[in-house]
Amino acid sequence: MTSLTGTGTLIRLILRRDRVLMPIWMLCMALLPMGLASGTASLYPTDAGRQGYIDSLAASPIMLLFYGQKPAEPSLGALIFWRAATGIVIMGLIGLLVVIRHTRVEEEAGRRELLGSAVVGRHAALAAAVLTVSGASLVVGVLVALGMISQQTPAPGAFAMGLAWAFAGILYAAIGALAAQLTTGAGAARGIAGALLGLDFILRGTGDVAAGGLSWLAWATPLSWVYKVHAYTDDRWWLFALTAAVALVLVLAALRLSARRDVGAGLLPPRLGPAAAPASLRSPFGLAWRLHRGSLTGWTIGLGVVGGVLFGGVAKTASSLLEGNGQLTEIMERIGGKSVASDIFIGGSMGIAAIAVAAYGISAALRMRTEEAALRSEPVLSAGVGRLRWAAGHLAFALLGPTVVMAVTGLVAGLMYGASTGDVGREVPRVIGAALVQMPAVWLLTGLTVAAYGLLPRLSPAVGWVALSVCVLLGQIGAALQLDQIVLDVSPFTHIPHLPGPADVPVTPLLVLTVLAAGLTAAGLAALRRRDIPVT
Amino acid sequence: MDNAISVVGLTKSFGQAKALDGLDLTVARGEVHGFLGPNGAGKTTTIRILLGLLRADGGTATLLGGDPWRDAVALHRRLAYVPGDVTLWPNLSGGEVIDLLGRLRGGLNAQKRKDLLERFDLDPRKKGRAYSKGNRQKVGLIAALASDVELLLLDEPTSGLDPLMEEVFRQVVAEETRNGRTVLLSSHILSEVEALCDRVSIIRLGRTVETGTLAELRHLTRTHITAELATPPNGLAQLPGVHDLKADGSTVRFQVDQAELDAVLRQLTTHGVRSLVSQPPTLEELFLRHYETESQR
Repeated sequence: MTSLTGTGTLIRLILRRDRVLMPIWMLCMALLPMGLASGTASLYPTDAGRQGYIDSLAASPIMLLFYGQKPAEPSLGALIFWRAATGIVIMGLIGLLVVIRHTRVEEEAGRRELLGSAVVGRHAALAAAVLTVSGASLVVGVLVALGMISQQTPAPGAFAMGLAWAFAGILYAAIGALAAQLTTGAGAARGIAGALLGLDFILRGTGDVAAGGLSWLAWATPLSWVYKVHAYTDDRWWLFALTAAVALVLVLAALRLSARRDVGAGLLPPRLGPAAAPASLRSPFGLAWRLHRGSLTGWTIGLGVVGGVLFGGVAKTASSLLEGNGQLTEIMERIGGKSVASDIFIGGSMGIAAIAVAAYGISAALRMRTEEAALRSEPVLSAGVGRLRWAAGHLAFALLGPTVVMAVTGLVAGLMYGASTGDVGREVPRVIGAALVQMPAVWLLTGLTVAAYGLLPRLSPAVGWVALSVCVLLGQIGAALQLDQIVLDVSPFTHIPHLPGPADVPVTPLLVLTVLAAGLTAAGLAALRRRDIPVT
Repeated sequence: MDNAISVVGLTKSFGQAKALDGLDLTVARGEVHGFLGPNGAGKTTTIRILLGLLRADGGTATLLGGDPWRDAVALHRRLAYVPGDVTLWPNLSGGEVIDLLGRLRGGLNAQKRKDLLERFDLDPRKKGRAYSKGNRQKVGLIAALASDVELLLLDEPTSGLDPLMEEVFRQVVAEETRNGRTVLLSSHILSEVEALCDRVSIIRLGRTVETGTLAELRHLTRTHITAELATPPNGLAQLPGVHDLKADGSTVRFQVDQAELDAVLRQLTTHGVRSLVSQPPTLEELFLRHYETESQR
């Protein structure tokens, strides 16, 4: 097997490169079901309580779309396997992203060529990536199982659940490996594999929601078999053999394709671009539009439209659920404020959407740093473009882009919710208001990132992402941990008034946050005007 | 006629590392000025200061009569820059980048753009990620050369180009200078410098060590002498200006500074010259001498 020579060394290279990232995602995935189990166990200690919870969730088709058919019995393990099914999709997503990161991304950057000239077999790079991700997925599976056992659930079910998660990662590692052979660009490969994951999810979901005629869809795709393992109730171990066989066939196909093509080339021919620039590409803003339009479109559709449909669609079901559950109401009230149940749910959903949108704002602001570090800001800045004009193009997307996404989220959620209550005219402006009231907190995080970019360019990605993580932690866990209000006040999202709700909105916190955001942005720009470019 | 570039005593440090240590550089309008020095000598730092991207710690720099930091935007409309490693946006085609940079600068000469695409044999429809190193360099060169500007700042512009394309580059730069453009050309390719440049400056460790016309610099170099003598060449090695003397029986080989040539030859003839080969000085040796690090000297 000389075609695999060097695989071991390449696995060590991947582990070395991902020594921070990989433990983080593995640990997050491993802790997720355990945390959910411990929380659910205290909220619903009895079988009867859990059965009621399952029935109320399963009443909404959206929940069936997300989690699959409800479990046959109300044991804690079965409930968690069902409720945490999103983890299966996340494992698949991680699997495909990490494999593409270590195959096509390396090839596109030209580093694969350097390795290929060393004593490395033709299949080594692809095999190393697939083996590493599969191994990491299995470790996550074992950790998930141990976590579930620690919550007093039966060991066989716990291992069936862990393996289900692991095989989702392995299956999509194989699909990622195949997609990486098709295109020359890593972005397009991610798009193909991600689209397959989405299709897989929707087909299975449609099968689970549709009774009768289309229910065979719930068994039609490989990912659906992972759901059908039904850990803790059926424990269908034989489905793992089926999934493993599909993954193996996919990996062998990827290896065949990889052996038949040139290093750096794809099977799909790269598309040519226009020979001349369109009239719109004539200013720093025109360039920023070309660089940001993909992510703006993605966020608008992904969060705005899809998220809006989900939030608006389940709002009515969720509020009836809240009315029957004191403890859950208390948790949602912390995020969404005291109000009628539906308003609490919508306020809480918009708070969650705002956190996601803040991630978009930060990444759009950090695009300036990417451009500078890749030396692409240099030709623009030496072609009659002032620094502020250059930065303004990117800032337009970093500040207004998230605003557009939130407005669309509010609009779509408002339409969906209004349709379910029969009063679109009332709900649309109320929900849009609840979405947009979050913006000052989002702008503050973007402003902080811009300030860091001007003053400490090398550290700016760390500053932005750490700030967001702190907000997520304080918002999600801080209240549950009964932290002091002073600590909670660190997050700008703590100060956002709860909407929709009472008529009088406190304007002062919104103004203060907006002024702070403007001040931080201005400080960053002032520093950018004075400092050296590029700082690499 | 004032100078296009005038730099006096420029200093710049990055943390502990001193990149420029009192650099001087004068480029007259209309000339092609060669800018030479080993890697890390400070060429790119100097050019980035001239572009107003870096701020100098000390010294003065004047570019086209303006301050490169304060008047950056106004000055950039009158110059074009090609970095040594052109990086492109992966999702923009070469043609789009050429048009964008030209428009940002305030306009592009469409006829020149068309001619240059043809002469450099570049397909402008490929996406940035699909170009090879040499082709990325061509995109940068065409974007700079297709606009009618007064000054071209070229930082090792031909790195990665094949010899044919290098020849095209030389022709195009020669045409540009005939139209009165000023060029600052940082380069390691001596034939390129000899073919294009009126004057050169050599920098080392952030300092200018030599500047002048090529003819002037040739006078700074050494002539190689190989002579067969009737008597052993006693005392020759002690003469001022004689370097690397090697005696092999009655044959001597040495280098001699241009200024001392006359005196050394007089001494040589007293030993009875049977044969004499003299090789003219090459610029290459001058450069290599300056490129050597302190320890090697």
